[in-house]
Amino acid sequence: MQELTITSGRHMHHIDPHLTIWGWEIPVYLFLGGLVAGILFFSAVYFLRGKSDEMRTTVRVAPLFVPFLLATGLFALFLDLEYKIHLFRFYTVIRLQSPMSWGSWTLGIIFPLSTLWALMHAESVFPNWRYPYKWMEQAMNFVKKYAKILAWLLIYYAAILGIYTGILLSAFNARPIWNTAILGPLFLVSGFSTALAFNMILSKTKEERHKLGKIDLMAIGTELFLIIHMFMGFLASTEIHVEAAQLFLGGPYTAPFWIFVVGVGLLIPALIEVLDGMHKVKSTLVPAFLVLFGGLMLRFIIVDAGQFSSWIF
Amino acid sequence: MGKAFTRRDFIKISGLGLGALSLGAGFYNKSSVPQIKQIAQQAGASISGNTPTPTVCEICFWQCAGWVHTKNGEPWKITGNETDPNCNGRLCPRGTGGTGAYLDEDRLRTPLIRKVVDGKQTFVEADWDEAFTFIADKMHKIAKEHGPECIALFSHGSGGGFFKHVLRAFGSNNITAPSYAQCRGPREEAYLLTFGEGVGSPERTDLRDAKCIVLIGSHLGENMHNTQVQEFADAVGQGATVITVDPRYSTAASKSKYWLPIRPGTDIALLLSWIHVIIEEKLYDEEYVEKYTHGFEELKNEVKQYTPEWAYPITTIKPHVIRETAREMARHRPSTIIHPGRHVTWYGDDTQRSRAGAILNALLGSWGRRGGFYYANKASVPKYHYEKYPKPKKTWRDAFPDVYPLANLALANGICDATIPTAKRDCSFKGWLVYGTNLIHTLPEQKKTLEAIQNLDLLVAVDLMPSEITGYADVVLPECSYLERYDDLRELPGRVPTIALRAPAFEPKYNSKPGWWIARELAVKLGLEKYFPWKTIEEYLETRLNGVGLTLEEMRKKGVHEFEDRHPLYFEEGMEPQFDTPSGKIELWSNLLANYGFDPIPRYTAHEQPPEGYYRLIYGRAPTHTFARTTNNPILTELKSENEVWVNKNVARLHGLNNGQYVVLTNQDGERSTKIKVKVTERIRHDCVYMVHGFGHTDKRLRKGYLRGADDTKLISRVKVDPIMGGTGMRVNFVTFEPAV
Amino acid sequence: MARYGMVIDTKRCVGCADCVVACKTENNVPDGYCRDWIVEDVRGNYPELHMEIRSERCNHCENAPCVRCCPTGASYTDEDYGVVLVDHDLCTGCKACIASCPYDARYVHPEGYVDKCTFCMHRVREGLQPACVEVCPTKCMHFGDLDDPHSEVSKLIRSRPNHALIPEAGTKPKIYYLL
Ligand SMILES: Nc1nc2c(c(=O)[nH]1)N[C@H]1C(S)=C(S)[C@@H](COP(=O)(O)OP(=O)(O)OC[C@H]3O[C@@H](n4cnc5c(=O)[nH]c(N)nc54)[C@H](O)[C@@H]3O)O[C@H]1N2
Ligand SMILES: Nc1nc2c(c(=O)[nH]1)N[C@H]1C(S)=C(S)[C@@H](COP(=O)(O)OP(=O)(O)OC[C@H]3O[C@@H](n4cnc5c(=O)[nH]c(N)nc54)[C@H](O)[C@@H]3O)O[C@H]1N2
Ligand code: SF4
Ligand code: SF4
Ligand code: SF4
Ligand code: SF4
Ligand code: SF4
Ligand SMILES: [Mo]
Repeated sequence: MQELTITSGRHMHHIDPHLTIWGWEIPVYLFLGGLVAGILFFSAVYFLRGKSDEMRTTVRVAPLFVPFLLATGLFALFLDLEYKIHLFRFYTVIRLQSPMSWGSWTLGIIFPLSTLWALMHAESVFPNWRYPYKWMEQAMNFVKKYAKILAWLLIYYAAILGIYTGILLSAFNARPIWNTAILGPLFLVSGFSTALAFNMILSKTKEERHKLGKIDLMAIGTELFLIIHMFMGFLASTEIHVEAAQLFLGGPYTAPFWIFVVGVGLLIPALIEVLDGMHKVKSTLVPAFLVLFGGLMLRFIIVDAGQFSSWIF
Repeated sequence: MGKAFTRRDFIKISGLGLGALSLGAGFYNKSSVPQIKQIAQQAGASISGNTPTPTVCEICFWQCAGWVHTKNGEPWKITGNETDPNCNGRLCPRGTGGTGAYLDEDRLRTPLIRKVVDGKQTFVEADWDEAFTFIADKMHKIAKEHGPECIALFSHGSGGGFFKHVLRAFGSNNITAPSYAQCRGPREEAYLLTFGEGVGSPERTDLRDAKCIVLIGSHLGENMHNTQVQEFADAVGQGATVITVDPRYSTAASKSKYWLPIRPGTDIALLLSWIHVIIEEKLYDEEYVEKYTHGFEELKNEVKQYTPEWAYPITTIKPHVIRETAREMARHRPSTIIHPGRHVTWYGDDTQRSRAGAILNALLGSWGRRGGFYYANKASVPKYHYEKYPKPKKTWRDAFPDVYPLANLALANGICDATIPTAKRDCSFKGWLVYGTNLIHTLPEQKKTLEAIQNLDLLVAVDLMPSEITGYADVVLPECSYLERYDDLRELPGRVPTIALRAPAFEPKYNSKPGWWIARELAVKLGLEKYFPWKTIEEYLETRLNGVGLTLEEMRKKGVHEFEDRHPLYFEEGMEPQFDTPSGKIELWSNLLANYGFDPIPRYTAHEQPPEGYYRLIYGRAPTHTFARTTNNPILTELKSENEVWVNKNVARLHGLNNGQYVVLTNQDGERSTKIKVKVTERIRHDCVYMVHGFGHTDKRLRKGYLRGADDTKLISRVKVDPIMGGTGMRVNFVTFEPAV
Repeated sequence: MARYGMVIDTKRCVGCADCVVACKTENNVPDGYCRDWIVEDVRGNYPELHMEIRSERCNHCENAPCVRCCPTGASYTDEDYGVVLVDHDLCTGCKACIASCPYDARYVHPEGYVDKCTFCMHRVREGLQPACVEVCPTKCMHFGDLDDPHSEVSKLIRSRPNHALIPEAGTKPKIYYLL
């Protein structure tokens, strides 16, 4: 038997007995980041494939939300900073080894790009759209001329953003639950899935919804596959990782994770979508909402569990 | 006046302010307290600058010398004085956190007098003059009606000397401290009986050079008496064998080659058995025993019966372990030391247990030898010359005649007993002055202490904090912390004799005052001014220091002074062996004990064991706290804010207790503790539970300590008194668990 | 670049927490926080027990994840001493470094920046020992350059069995515990 006692000193706010440094802000930020990555990705892809009209919501409408979603996410991140007036310090250096630095720069780039992208589509969504100044119109014309390049850039950066939301956590060796290479792809796919759900909710056409649903089913399948592999990875790894995995396999996170993330967020929507595809149930937006909910829960639980898991105890 | 209150209620709230503060401030200026800034100028140093001020730590009684450092006039840190052999430049955690004593927001701020306001007893803020007048009137009245001897002083701490002086001048010699009958009294008497000299404080144990250290309960490392621990670590570092006898796997046990988890209360059996092995196997120092000891043959005959096989069922220590450890001790003699312990009032046969240890030391030849006990050099500075004290008609002895014949100091609990009137006693104590001791938490049998207090006409508490005792006082006098005052010189014996100076680093906060000033002003008010020919403490210190060719200014610069004049420490270095005992030798067989009808050679007597479902309550120290005096210290409570009750894993399972859960402990008399956290551990036997003494304050004014953890004293509702010297054995209480609500 | 580190003798350490108190006062560590702390590591079953007592703090890792993950360069490894420090002026309080430290050695100072043990560089630069090392009553802590083969710390590491904390985390900690 081992008794490990801290006999003096340690009862630091948000550090002991385990980290609680990150509250709701980071999961919300990661969720919105993933969502935005997915929206931009699908928008750009279908734009390039010339499906702007068939997939109008995906290509044109959804991106209009992106600047607002991003701003909300960034605001959440800002709220989390302990030294808020030092925010600008993120943009005085590029630190290649720091995912956080990558993230802030990626956001720094994606924010203007996506705003341009949104503006470009705003014109077609709102027929009465007018620019107050002439130069703006000229600038937008310039953007439109290079829309394809912009789309490629967005695909590229959206992928980075999506993966980054996972890598941000998985780079932390110190937290066994985060310390898996699967977290990047998992968050990317989950982000895409939430974007598809978001688009489904916005979409006005059955065809588009149907198409999105089919892709989402693939995304959900991939997520389940990744989750299973994540745990297999943990269980095949060091004692610390095995112990960390136990948090989800009998430990305190078991019920929330398997019920809310896997059950409510993945299996049930998948089932409904399959039945829907087989025309066994009436097509509704229920699965889409469940997917969004599941995606949010995934981030909350992973952020929390990661802080709970450590090398020490 | 008579008794002011039919019952002295415990006053929990802070006092009512009746505009006395402003008066107090005026009084302050007229008084003889020199402003510290002036002192500083005199001494040529700046107290607001960053020049450190010399101090002597008052967080415990080891009295380490240190430096108080400030940053922009604010307290910063306290460090040890490198030239002090009593700390070697390193304070213990409590001393390092000493600034907390100054910073504590809950400190007493101004004198308080108990008055009835709207039919309720309450403390009313008073100015100093008012408080002194009140006290002097009452003291005179008691003296007139019962004699000055009916006033007693309980004093623990360095400012107490000035109060002892006041009381003696007043005509009473009834001065006591809990450091005797609740602490090291039995040890001192046992060593006095055996070697003709006590161990003293700081202990003259030569741990530094010991090759084998035997700790019977002494939990060095948790007991943080500074240089003891330093030397213990040195010995461990040099590979000394440590043998720890403790029902608990203490810090010291973890440093030991042998941990003997003894059944509590059976140490004498183990010691006798060790003596048996050492004599039977002829492992003792024959030459030393031959030359210096008295009664070896009697001892030999007596201990024949105490085989390890005899001791095994009593102590639960296996015979081969007893033999092996005895041989290990002998292998390293004379550099083997059976540590005499310090807090030894455990089971009421403590003088005898301490004597068994002393005898073992004698057999191993460690007294007066390197790695055993050295001969301490005494620092002597001429006392200030005072007028002769009046001769008291009664002494503390008269308070308890016919009992405890070998007590050499007044018993704190004895004074307490003698305050409760009985048909037999013609006069009980009527007044208590209490300086720096929190009797409520300190004396066992709390109910008795409280009953005694109800019989007093006057209770004055001089304290730094609103400790529990102040809640029962008629007058509370706020002393400033040790960082804000001069005190008498620290004169310490040791390998190197030294004196050290405590000077104020800060001005007294609020309306608090140094002890010397309080004592002096009280004396003046009592009409005893002639006993205080000096007006300021500087004058007093200067006079004393001049007596050894030093000046206050010099001492302010160096803090510590070593005396050159020394005798050798060990026999082998030329120290003349001298034993101030009736036989002039080390008494293995004690003449005095025999004369008084006690066992001249220690004997084992069985102690009551806990009934089913109950566990013996044992207690000790946390390295970061001193008794109850630091459990409100803002720095030290950061490190440890409550105590835990240590419960053996199997016991915990039996009672369905989980680690970290809170319980209430109840003892055999139905006394209940405040709630305390359970520490489920492998580190303790199954027949006892352990907690650190000093927590569980019940005075709300102590905001950081209030109801944090539990107070062991509450549960020590009975004691076993040592018939030889009156020490109160306190580890004779049994507790069980109740769920905390 | 020197490589400063600590060697702590667990045989001598009594877990008194003086090092914790000294650090708190020396560095004005705010209430509720600490830069070092004491762990009692007990193994075995009654009565066969073993206890290691450790004074722990930031390990000033050679391969410091807190430095790597810091987005602003606020966390850095000092050039001269190889000590891991935080530049309060650059710190955003994003807490990435806290999440990255396997030893939970960092905390957010109430003023907003992240803080932790500095190896008392303000003292070391003046030729003094860190406050905790200097105060330790058992003299069980040693501080010095691990790159200098003649330093006390190097000699101790060579001459006595020792271990570092969580080496599996790959951080290359620079505090060694002598057994
Ligand atoms: N239950 C139980 N009882 C015990 C013990 C135990 O372990 N358990 N231990 C026993 C032992 S070994 C001893 S030595 C005694 C110790 O007994 P005490 O010396 O009575 O111990 P404390 O409880 O620390 O009380 C000290 C008081 O002095 C006050 N004080 C602190 N600094 C100053 C100062 O500068 N000036 C003044 N005027 N007051 C000050 C504190 O506020 C506190 O009220 O207790 C004995 N009693
Ligand atoms: N940090 C700190 N240090 C202190 C003090 C403090 O308040 N705080 N106070 C100082 C003072 S005044 C004193 S007197 C000393 C006291 O310190 P010590 O003299 O070391 O006190 P003990 O009573 O021997 O210590 C308690 C130990 O005895 C063990 N024990 C309990 N019952 C038995 C038993 O029946 N047999 C044996 N063999 N062991 C038993 C307990 O498990 C515990 O480990 O500490 C001094 N040092
Ligand atoms: S041993 Fe510690 S508390 Fe006691 S006097 Fe020395 S430094 Fe102060
Ligand atoms: S000060 Fe020294 S002995 Fe005390 S806990 Fe710290 S390292 Fe250990
Ligand atoms: S211990 Fe933690 S804070 Fe210190 S250098 Fe290593 S990773 Fe960074
Ligand atoms: S909290 Fe400060 S030091 Fe830590 S990673 Fe963020 S910016 Fe760097
Ligand atoms: S080196 Fe300095 S900052 Fe670090 S723990 Fe020790 S005292 Fe504190
Ligand atoms: Mo004591």
